[in-house]
Amino acid sequence: MYAQLVKSEGKSKAELTPEDHAFQARIDAGEKIEPKEWMPEGYRKTLIRQIGQHAHSEIVGQLPEGNWITRAPTLERKQILLAKVQDEAGHGLYLYCAAETLGVSRDELLEKLHSGDMKYSSIFNYPTLTWADMGAVGWLVDGAAIMNQVPLQRTSYGPYSRAMIRICKEESFHQRQGYAIMMKMANGTPEQKQMAQDALNRLWYPSLMMFGPSDKDSVHSVQSMAWKIKMNTNDELRQKFVDQTVPQAEYLGLTVPDPNLKWNEEKGGYDFSEPDWDEFFNVIKGNGPCNKERLGARVKAWDDGAWYREAMVAHAKKKAARRTVAAE
Amino acid sequence: MSSEWPLWEVFIRGQHGLNHRHVGSLHAPDAELAIKHARDVYTRRNEGVSIWVVKSADISASSPSEKGPLFEPSNDKVYRHPTFYDIPDEVGHM
Repeated sequence: MYAQLVKSEGKSKAELTPEDHAFQARIDAGEKIEPKEWMPEGYRKTLIRQIGQHAHSEIVGQLPEGNWITRAPTLERKQILLAKVQDEAGHGLYLYCAAETLGVSRDELLEKLHSGDMKYSSIFNYPTLTWADMGAVGWLVDGAAIMNQVPLQRTSYGPYSRAMIRICKEESFHQRQGYAIMMKMANGTPEQKQMAQDALNRLWYPSLMMFGPSDKDSVHSVQSMAWKIKMNTNDELRQKFVDQTVPQAEYLGLTVPDPNLKWNEEKGGYDFSEPDWDEFFNVIKGNGPCNKERLGARVKAWDDGAWYREAMVAHAKKKAARRTVAAE
Repeated sequence: MSSEWPLWEVFIRGQHGLNHRHVGSLHAPDAELAIKHARDVYTRRNEGVSIWVVKSADISASSPSEKGPLFEPSNDKVYRHPTFYDIPDEVGHM
């Protein structure tokens, strides 16, 4: 999931006002909530956190892939990767705009990302070491994101829902181009196949972590699910992801790095090992392999771009002044 | 000074959850009346759940003659479409 561990700000039952009840009734009836309508403060704050974190993930998510643009093996692959990274920027922008309808400014959101107050998905704190990682990221990371984003198209907040619909439409290309790389590598030389296997080995558990902690440790789910900000539990989505992905790995002739992975006829899904949750919480806290590098790159881009943003505003002002003079 | 009312562009949200869509325009002296007029002109058969009005003069538009330079560059980027990639049916929907 692109938003993990989003703190939800519900009230206790006794504190609920008639407005709160009426609001919940609208959500239960499947109505969408739109920007200027009344909403509980907790709903607004939780959504800002979640959509903001989701937007940050899209933007920071450009870095591990951007890392390979200049080293793509062919011109075609370079164009494809460039197009994908460009899409991620677009997705970040759709989401920032959706968050801004809730009364938070873009600068405020970025400030919170840069200061570490707001998070982005833990997955982007892992390095992309070889070209095979570009395949595994598209296949697994975008696959996991799609798993999460498809149900969010039905979320209760109108602008978020509409951003999700747009994003999901563009996301299929991301996963397919990744899987196409994996097919190429898995059917290549033994060394290439080994690179594909190595990428799967390294990215499998971090991908499972994308859905957030196990349901028994997921303290914010109940309120968010009642508000239809979250549509499925973390474990539900993780199970769905594993069930979908294992046959895809088999088709590639690759081995999922989990000795406990086994089809469970009774539940109609795979049994699998949980990721190392200590590692997950440690990465979230800022101690993953690439946290400093990723955030550092974002802060540097923001600082280095300051002169450009200022120059564009100055230019726009100058142009407006010229128009006024011409009109007089 | 002309007392012609300014022109407003009208956007209607047809159903909960959908985007507002442009439906047409009308003249009105101010925003509040533009919404009322839009209600009468464009939603007489309960076509909407919400109305936006924007002064036409505030809309910047690309010119139809710019269509080529603006949109043609994406024509040769077929790899942006999922169908560009051959993924075998056996691996399931992707």
